[in-house]
Amino acid sequence: MAKVLVVTSGKGGVGKTTSTAALGAALAQSGQKVAVVAFDFGLRNLDLVMGAERRVVFDFINVAQGDANLSQALIRDKRVDTLYLLAASQTRDKDALTEEGVKRVIDELRERFDWVICDSPAGIERGATLAMRYADTAIVIANPEVSSVRDSDRIIGLLDSKTLKAESGEGMEKHLLLTRYDPARAARGEMLSVEDVLEILSIPLLGIIPESQDVLKASNVGAPVSINATSSAAAAAYIDAARRLCGVPVPMTRPSEKVSLFGRFFGRRAA
Amino acid sequence: MSVRPTQAIRFKGRSYFSLTISPELPLADWMARLDGWLERSPGFFSRNAVILDVRDLALDRSGFMGLLEGLRGRGIRVLGVEGADPAWAGADLPPFMPAGKDVRTPESEPAEQGGESAKAAAAAPKPETGWAAPLYIDTPVRSGQCVLHPEGDIIITGSVASGAEVIAAGSIHVYGALRGRAMAGAYGDESARIFCRSLEAELIAVNGMYQTADEIDPALRKKPAQVRLRHGMMVVAKFD
Repeated sequence: MAKVLVVTSGKGGVGKTTSTAALGAALAQSGQKVAVVAFDFGLRNLDLVMGAERRVVFDFINVAQGDANLSQALIRDKRVDTLYLLAASQTRDKDALTEEGVKRVIDELRERFDWVICDSPAGIERGATLAMRYADTAIVIANPEVSSVRDSDRIIGLLDSKTLKAESGEGMEKHLLLTRYDPARAARGEMLSVEDVLEILSIPLLGIIPESQDVLKASNVGAPVSINATSSAAAAAYIDAARRLCGVPVPMTRPSEKVSLFGRFFGRRAA
Repeated sequence: MSVRPTQAIRFKGRSYFSLTISPELPLADWMARLDGWLERSPGFFSRNAVILDVRDLALDRSGFMGLLEGLRGRGIRVLGVEGADPAWAGADLPPFMPAGKDVRTPESEPAEQGGESAKAAAAAPKPETGWAAPLYIDTPVRSGQCVLHPEGDIIITGSVASGAEVIAAGSIHVYGALRGRAMAGAYGDESARIFCRSLEAELIAVNGMYQTADEIDPALRKKPAQVRLRHGMMVVAKFD
C-alpha cells in the first residue's frame, strides 16, 4: 500500500512542480516505485518538467472517466525505470472531474506504487482541494517571503479542514519544504529567516532548498533537478529531503553563503 | 476627492426576539392551514415579521421560491430564512440566517397560538451574566480561519495568523503572537479585554470600538499588550 503525498503551497510559482519531480525522482532512484500525478488540469506543467510532453496519449481525466485504463495512461520515465507520470489534461479543466473519479484513480495508484505524489495547482479552489482530499501526507512549499508564507498558512488551514484525514479526525501529517532560499538575502534581512517561517507556520521542516540556476536549466531540458544536476546544492537538498521522508534522520544542512578568500579580504561587494 | 472622516464607527451586537414558522410538506396543505390561521387572526402577521425555517424541508429552488411568493402574497413579511441551501441566496431575497436558539414564548403572545407550529427563536444570544465556559484553542489559528465564541472568552495557546479572525463575546487571550484581527466584547460587553504576547494585529476591537494596525502606537508592536476600553476610549498598553 502506498503513501499518497500532496505537494501544495497556495501561492503560485514557489516550486511545487519542481519539487514534485525532484522528490519523485530521488525516491525512485533509491529503488521505490513512484507515480507523480499532475492535478493542474487545463494548464499542464509536470509533464514538461519530467520531459514527457511528447509522449502523452491518455491523461488523468481519461482514466477517471473510463476512456482509458491506468496502464495506458501512465508514462514511464526513460531515465529511472521505477518512476511513472500521470499527466493532466490540457484541453479539459477541473470541472470535468468528480471526487469519486479522483478517488478511484488514487485508489488504483495506491495499489501499484510505493509513493503517489500529487502535484497540486496553485490557489485554494477546486483543483487544489481535489489534489489534497485523498492524501495521507502534505508537503507544503513556501518561499521565505511574506506573501508566500501567508498563502501557505492558508493552505495549511485547508489541509486541516477539507481533506478526508481532517474530516475523520486523524489529522494530516504536514511537512514544510522551504524553497528558493537565498542565504545572502536572508542575512541582509531581505528575506525571512528559516526561524521566522517556522514560527509562523509551526509545522516540521523537511528541507531547505537553496535558490539555484540548475532548477531552470533542468526544467528547460525536461529533467527533474535531482537527476539532471546531481552535484548541485539544490539536488543534494532534494535528495536529503527524500531520505527524510523515508524516515532516515538526515541532519539539516543550512545553505550558507560561499565566501571566497578574495571576498573575505575585501568585504561585501558594493550594491 | 474629499478626505473621509477617520473617527471610528460603532457597531454593537443586539439580540431581537422573533417568531419562526416551519412549513411542512405537502406545502398546499400547510398553506391551507395558514389561510385558516389568517382568517382567525387577520392582523397577526402585520404586527410580526417572521423567520422562515426550511431546515428539514425537502424543497428544490423553485419550490422554495414558490413558498416565498405564497407568503409574500398573503402579506407575511419574511425577516430572514434559516436552513436554506446557500446557493439559493440572492440580493432580492430575505437574508439567509445562521441557526437561532429556541427560547420559551413570552406570556404576552395572543391566545390563538394553539394550532400552529410557531417556534420562537432568538436572533442573537444576549450576553450572559453567569459564568460561561471559555473556548480553548491549542492549535495555531491559520490564515482565513474565523473563530467565533458568542458566549464567553477565547483562550488561544498559540498564535493567530495574519488573515485570521477571532471574535468573542468576552475577552480574548492569545498566548502567542496576535497577527490577525481580534474583536472582544462583540455582543455588547464593554469590560472585555484583549491580551497577547506579541501585538502584531491587523485590527483590534472591543465592543465595536476598533483600531487598525496603522493607528496602534508603533512602540507597542511585537510587545506583550493589553487592550481595553476606558470611558469608551480604547487603551492599548504594554503588559509585562
